[in-house]
Amino acid sequence: MDAPAVSIRGLEKWFGDFQALRSVDLEVARGERIVVCGPSGSGKSTLIRCINRLEVHERGRILVEGVELDDDLRNIDTIRARVGMVFQQFNLFPHLTVLENCTLAPVWVRRLPRRDADARALALLERVRIADQANKYPGQLSGGQQQRAAIARALCMEPSIMLFDEPTSALDPEMVKEVLDTMMTLAEDGMTMIVVTHEMGFARAVADRVVFMDEGEIVEVAPPAQFFSAPQQERTRRFLGQIL
Amino acid sequence: MTTPAPASPLPRPDRVSSRSSRPPRAGLPARIRQAFFASRRDTVLTLALLALIATVAPGLLDWLVLDAVWGPQPVAACEAARGQGACWAVVWEKFRVMMFATYPFEEQWRPGLAIAVLIALPVLSAWPRMWNPALPGVWVIGSLLAFWLMGGGFGLAKVPASQWGGLPVTLMLTIYGIGLAFPLALLLALGRRSGLPVLRALSITWIEVVRGVPLITVLFMASVMFALFMPAGFTIDQLLRAQVAIIVFVAAYLAEVIRGGLQAVPKGQYEAARALGLPYWRMMGLVILPQALRVAIPPIVNSFIALFKDTSLVVVIAIFDFAYAVKKSVETDVVWKKYFLEALLFSMLVYWIGCYAMSRYSRWLEQRSAQVR
Repeated sequence: MDAPAVSIRGLEKWFGDFQALRSVDLEVARGERIVVCGPSGSGKSTLIRCINRLEVHERGRILVEGVELDDDLRNIDTIRARVGMVFQQFNLFPHLTVLENCTLAPVWVRRLPRRDADARALALLERVRIADQANKYPGQLSGGQQQRAAIARALCMEPSIMLFDEPTSALDPEMVKEVLDTMMTLAEDGMTMIVVTHEMGFARAVADRVVFMDEGEIVEVAPPAQFFSAPQQERTRRFLGQIL
Repeated sequence: MTTPAPASPLPRPDRVSSRSSRPPRAGLPARIRQAFFASRRDTVLTLALLALIATVAPGLLDWLVLDAVWGPQPVAACEAARGQGACWAVVWEKFRVMMFATYPFEEQWRPGLAIAVLIALPVLSAWPRMWNPALPGVWVIGSLLAFWLMGGGFGLAKVPASQWGGLPVTLMLTIYGIGLAFPLALLLALGRRSGLPVLRALSITWIEVVRGVPLITVLFMASVMFALFMPAGFTIDQLLRAQVAIIVFVAAYLAEVIRGGLQAVPKGQYEAARALGLPYWRMMGLVILPQALRVAIPPIVNSFIALFKDTSLVVVIAIFDFAYAVKKSVETDVVWKKYFLEALLFSMLVYWIGCYAMSRYSRWLEQRSAQVR
């Protein structure tokens, strides 16, 4: 169990003729919190979507806890079971209640008895403070509640790594904080997290390292203190100048 | 030039809630005015339609009901009422031929029971309480019972399928057509969206070829071509061929309807399911199809209704379905031949009851799933 949580070497990815990722190298240690930022179209979402193979990379290697992500379907399933993902648009299943959303994968993938799955789901819904909404349908919840339910759903699979793909970008401003608070609690508990976000406050408070991407490349990687106060690269300075 | 009226003071929220919790509702006269006489054009339309109904309705009512010949009456009674009232006596006279066609007369209680079984199966399946693992078993038992009643053996006189006819045949073609075309259509729809090129090509070929030709030609093909390809002496029952042809045909249409439903499911649903580690069939069965089929309920039921009526085309390969039995029952009788229209209306009523039941059930399913959301 010494392998790093995620190890990415020379990753390249094309969409048709457009190169979305250019020889990306990144190593994430267990328990590490990484925030990935950069302008839109910089490949940051593509990068984390490669880690659970929602996108297929063309060149390079990705190892998740020592298991290589290749065409072997069993490896893909192994990795997906260990990696939880939270999406910008929540992507809760609208035909299932919040509780059923949370228990679906534990019951059908992990083969957990329903009673155990329910208990685990309720505990996690309690932790994200929406246990009282367990029997509602996603459409009856606010955006912030839906995103917290989506976090609980991912946690129900007991992942060792959590990927967040702009989790607060689709939220009304007053709901951003409740989701970020939930994510901070998660970080305090030692979860390995890779977060694509524009929330620089979150990056400052939580990240061990900030990764800045532009045009499919990793431009700069630095601890937040250094990243925000003394960025090394011109492109990073320009980006920070635009958003801060 | 009018000055804008001063904004009327809004009632305070607390006063509104204390007065009543329901929105105000207009009285009956006001609602009638709103519905039928809201504008001059509405008034004209309403009056014109009322006039039309007043002209046509009494005569129609007389012919259909009041002056019609009801019950098991001799043909002379119909002759007397000819021109004034419908001769429903023809339905009583020809009822057994219409229902059972060429089935041996003394054994007709068997297709009668088979009809009950064949109607009970879909009616039971429509009931959400029955949606449990025992349902397929109910279908197997019900189907065996129906086929035993129709075909005989095990203590009943054998009746070859070539002598089956009337309503049981129509029901069989419809029910097993729906029951088998639906799963096939699911596979075709998934195949058409599959990433596997061979599977996709096969699905597309099936769908596009079958959709491009009339059902009648598919029936002819099933009837004639099988004999050409099969070794000499090997025969497949004509009814079974028609059944296969209908399944093949309807599956192609249904597949496209289901594909439409699949396209309505956002990409994020697939991604969320995959990110949770759900394998393909679980993802489809638990996440994607429940949403896709819910969207596709109206066009799916539309296909079922069309199938029910299209079964009447099997007449082209000499199968005595209900519609043909009704036609033949009066056509071949010189005495009753004149009352063909009444017999036809009766068969329309039977088809309409089936179709309307499906239509209502579809509406109910839609509302039910809307509540669930």
